[in-house]
Amino acid sequence: MSSIAARPADRADRSDTGRWRTVLRHRWPLRLMHWINLACMLAMVGSGLQIFNAHPALYWGEASHFGTPLAATGSVAGADGRLRGVTRVGTARFDTTGVLGVSTGHDGKPVRGGFPGWATVPGSKNLAYGRRWHFFFAWTWVINGLCYLTWSLASRHLQRDLAMRRRDWREVPRSIVDHLRFRHPVGDAALRYNPLQKLAYLGVIFVLTPLIVISGMGMSPQMDTVLGWWLDLVGGRQSSRTLHFAAMALFVLFALVHVLMVVYAGPINEMRSMITGRFRIRTRDAMDVPDARTTNEEATR
Amino acid sequence: MNDDILHARRRLLRGALLATGAGLLGGCDALSKRAGFIDVLSAAEPVNRRVQRLLSGERLAEEFAPSMISPVFRPNGSTDPQTPEYLALKADDFRDYRLRVRGLVERPLEFSLDALRGLRARTQITRHDCVEGWSVIGGWSGVPLSVLLDAARVRPGARYVVFHCFDDYGGNGGRYYESVDLVDAYHPQTIAAHTMNGMPIPVSNGAPVRMRIERKLGYKQPKYVHTIEVVDSYARMAGGKGGYWEDQGYDWYGGI
Repeated sequence: MSSIAARPADRADRSDTGRWRTVLRHRWPLRLMHWINLACMLAMVGSGLQIFNAHPALYWGEASHFGTPLAATGSVAGADGRLRGVTRVGTARFDTTGVLGVSTGHDGKPVRGGFPGWATVPGSKNLAYGRRWHFFFAWTWVINGLCYLTWSLASRHLQRDLAMRRRDWREVPRSIVDHLRFRHPVGDAALRYNPLQKLAYLGVIFVLTPLIVISGMGMSPQMDTVLGWWLDLVGGRQSSRTLHFAAMALFVLFALVHVLMVVYAGPINEMRSMITGRFRIRTRDAMDVPDARTTNEEATR
Repeated sequence: MNDDILHARRRLLRGALLATGAGLLGGCDALSKRAGFIDVLSAAEPVNRRVQRLLSGERLAEEFAPSMISPVFRPNGSTDPQTPEYLALKADDFRDYRLRVRGLVERPLEFSLDALRGLRARTQITRHDCVEGWSVIGGWSGVPLSVLLDAARVRPGARYVVFHCFDDYGGNGGRYYESVDLVDAYHPQTIAAHTMNGMPIPVSNGAPVRMRIERKLGYKQPKYVHTIEVVDSYARMAGGKGGYWEDQGYDWYGGI
């Protein structure tokens, strides 16, 4: 759900009893960049968890205070001799056997360490290759992101479809209520981003993305020679590592909500619009929804 | 649209998503086993090196106040080498230890520990970043590598400095080694350290001499160094990748 390219020249699908209209919703560069983005993010989350597993603990500050991590996961042998996964957050401890600390390997035997193999790239413990994957896809992702930003500015996608307008700010409370009630815009209203959607996209592009890039760079001893201001701001390299992890978690959360919204809004239609670009909407005259609150002017911008 | 078709489509979609997920995971592992694919991924390493150097130039790593020094400088890798030559030197408190400078130099040199301690020293309290992700802070004193290289007079054609170590970390009869190029060799904070936190370096942290190369991860800063060799290429040494961990698949750059 990214580029709304509905134009007056959109094909009206009259064959379908005149109730449905097919519009070109996402143009091809955007669709291509969307899927490259997804591939990079999957590779980076997986390889990032692989790297994290080399030392599955998070700290705050410049150095690691091994006795007092913010959070850590590990394994202990239980009274029955079985390995238990233990995750601690602050002073609280949780048994996370199967998910964190100890998981089940391919052969059914327990495997020690951090995140389970199904979540990491490569699947077995390999820090060296995890790093190779991570840096390759980090560069691919950054270049793809710069292409996206350039394209979005040049095509005015950013200014036209994503920028928050005064009306969007006014509609935020209503949009929150709509989301809580799982009420989804239909008809022409489905063609434009709702205010919460805009805020989510803008937040990912202009807050989360710079944060994850700089917090990642902040772990590099070479880059830290020029990123002193950043380390001073957040408290040090270990803080930067923790923020990198937190930003990853927010990206994953965003992706989950994003997919949930796609499923909720009509997975076939939404997926098709991001693969072929074509998006079907109900025309306004055929609808009996009382709050279809769009004008022709908006739908055909 | 007919409900049955909708349900069928949903099932298809769900199946496709699950298959894609499983395929992706299996695919990542299959790809990781192919040398050619790892070579493609490794294209990012020179990009990291060039871009990071371009952005950071010759700047120094941050140095800290003594109060920031970590209570324990966590040792990693070899912590108690068992090779005969090391045990013999250790038994005599490294009295017969010599640090050799050789290779592409006009004048090969060797220094006893006392001779090293008599040379101009640089002292720095810096953060040590392990490739695993953790950091500790420690204070180091030692001779800048540039002083040693200048004393030995590096010959034209020199491109890398290789550090040969006493420890057999792999346990296969080989010895740990590392290498950096001349940019890092001549960096002011690159020192052959003989002192840690005001005391002789403990065995677990690399006694009697280890390298501090402050813009690198820990594995690029070898412990138990006995020879500094100036070369034009490291391709014919050990696994040919320029270091013990590099031969195991790690990146040679090691700056992130």
